[in-house]
Amino acid sequence: MSTGTTKLDVVVSDVVPVNELVTRFHFRRRDGDLLPTFSGGAHVVVEMRDGDRTRLNPYSLMGSPLDTREYTISVRRDDVGRGGSLFMHRSVKPGLEMVISYPVNLFSLDLRAKKHLMLAGGIGITPFMAQTAQLAGEGGNFELHYTCRTASLGTYADVLRERYDRRIRLYHDDREERIDLDRLLSTQPLGTHLYVCGPAGMINWVRDRAASLGWPSEAVHFEHFAAPQPGLPFDVTLAVTGKTIRVDEQQSLLEAIEAAGVDPPYLCRGGVCGQCETNVISYDGKFIHNDHWLSEEDHRSGCKIMPCVSRFEGRSLVLER
Amino acid sequence: MAAKSIISRPVYGTLSPQPGKHHLFIADAEGALAISDMAARAPAGFFEGAEIVFIAGPDGKHVAELEALKPAQFHQAPSFASLLPRLKQTLTNAHMGLRLYLGGTEGLIGQAMQVALEAGIDHTSMQTEHRGSLARRMQCVHCKGITENVTTQPATCAHCGLLLLVRDHYSRRLAAFQGVCINAEDRSEIPPMEEAFP
Ligand code: FES
Repeated sequence: MSTGTTKLDVVVSDVVPVNELVTRFHFRRRDGDLLPTFSGGAHVVVEMRDGDRTRLNPYSLMGSPLDTREYTISVRRDDVGRGGSLFMHRSVKPGLEMVISYPVNLFSLDLRAKKHLMLAGGIGITPFMAQTAQLAGEGGNFELHYTCRTASLGTYADVLRERYDRRIRLYHDDREERIDLDRLLSTQPLGTHLYVCGPAGMINWVRDRAASLGWPSEAVHFEHFAAPQPGLPFDVTLAVTGKTIRVDEQQSLLEAIEAAGVDPPYLCRGGVCGQCETNVISYDGKFIHNDHWLSEEDHRSGCKIMPCVSRFEGRSLVLER
Repeated sequence: MAAKSIISRPVYGTLSPQPGKHHLFIADAEGALAISDMAARAPAGFFEGAEIVFIAGPDGKHVAELEALKPAQFHQAPSFASLLPRLKQTLTNAHMGLRLYLGGTEGLIGQAMQVALEAGIDHTSMQTEHRGSLARRMQCVHCKGITENVTTQPATCAHCGLLLLVRDHYSRRLAAFQGVCINAEDRSEIPPMEEAFP
C-alpha cells in the first residue's frame, strides 16, 4: 500500500453519459458506510483491472463535499490516450466492484482568500464542481470562468449556470469567445486567490500572465493532470531488489515498477506532488523529465527522477528503489 | 539586520523589484535608503507605477532622494498613525497585482504589514527590509498597553509602569513584541537597564 493512499472498496452505483465525450461515474462503499470526507479540489486514484494490466488514473471528485454517501467523478474519453479513459467508458458498468484510493487534495481552496477566482478549461471543470459546492455552502465569494470548445461540450455548464447564475461566465471556442485575461486579472480586489485547471497550455498562459501582472505565486493555484507520455521502451534496474524490468512504450516507469511487484509511493501520478521521487544510482543515456516537481538543477544533475511521468532513453538506468 | 532567535521573530529581506505595474512603498527614516538601493536594480520605468509613502525621521533626511526617483505619487506623513486612513483607503481600492514594499524600522514594517494582511495581502508576498533603529513596538502582557520605540532591556511600560522583559516573541496580529514583568516576585529588585535595541 502506498503512502497516503489507503484504499476504499467501492461499487459503481451509477454510470451517466453527460455528453459525447464525458461520462460520470458514481461510487458507493461496498459496506454501505459513508465515504471519508474530502475538501473541494481533492482527487482519488481509480484502479482499473484491465485484463492482466492494472491502470491507476487520478480523477477529481466532483460531488459536493457536504454529501459523502457517494463519490462522483467525470471522465473524458480520450481515443488516442493510453487507454484508461476508454476502459472507464467501455468496461465500467453499474454493479462493478472497484478499488479507489482515499481522497488526496493537491488543489485545495485557500480559505483565507477574500475572493476565489476560478478558471476552468474543458474537463478541468471537475474540481470546481466540488469547490463551488463547498464555497456556496459557506457563503464564499467566488466567480468561475469556464472555456469549452462548443456549448454541447460545456460539461455541467448548464448545472453551474442554474446553481450559481451570474457567478459563472462561459466562453465557447467555436464562437471565438476568449477570456480577456489581462483585464480579468487586473481588476480583482486585493486578497483574491486564483485557481486554474485545464489543459497545460491554458495553465501556463494563466500562470504566466498572473506573474507578470504582479500576482504573488502564493495566490495562484493550479491543477495539472498530466497523463504519462508514451515513448521508447527502456530497461531499468531496481537496486534494492536487483530486479531489471522493461518499461513499454505506453507504460509509465511507475506503472512498470508496480507491475514488477514493488509498491512505490505516489499521490498524483501527474508529476506535481513529489511523492514518487526516486534516486538515480547510475545511468548511461538521457532523461526525459516531464514532471513539475524537481528543480531544473535536479533535472540536470541526473540524480533524481519522478517515475510517474518521466522517461529515459539510453543504455542503462539503475534506480535506488 | 535583526537576528532570528525564535520562530515568531520576523525575518526581513532585501527589497527587490517585483513584476507588475503597481508598487506601493511605505518607509520611515533610513528605510528610504532601502528604496533608493533597490531603485538601482529596478528596470527602467519601474517608478512610473509606484507610490511612495514616507515618514521622515526627526532629522528630516532622505526626502530629496525619494523624490528624485520620480514616483507617480509621493506622500509624506509625520507618523504612522497619521498615514493610516490613507493607507487603508489605498488598499481597499487596490487590485491584485499591487505589490507592497516596506522599509525601515520594525515598528513601521510590522504595523504596515498588519494593515496589509487585513486587506488580504499574504505576508509572504510582501517585500520587507529592515533599516535604521532596532527600536521595538512592545505590548505589555499585563495591561495590554502598547509602548512605541522601546530601545532598552528591560523597559518600562508607558501605561502601567511595570518593568518589562522585552521578549523576542512577536505577534503579527498586534505588530508588537511581548513585554513580561521582570520582577514580579520582588518589585524592589531592579536589574540594570541596558540599551538593547539602538
Ligand atoms: S506521484 Fe506525484 S509526482 Fe509522481
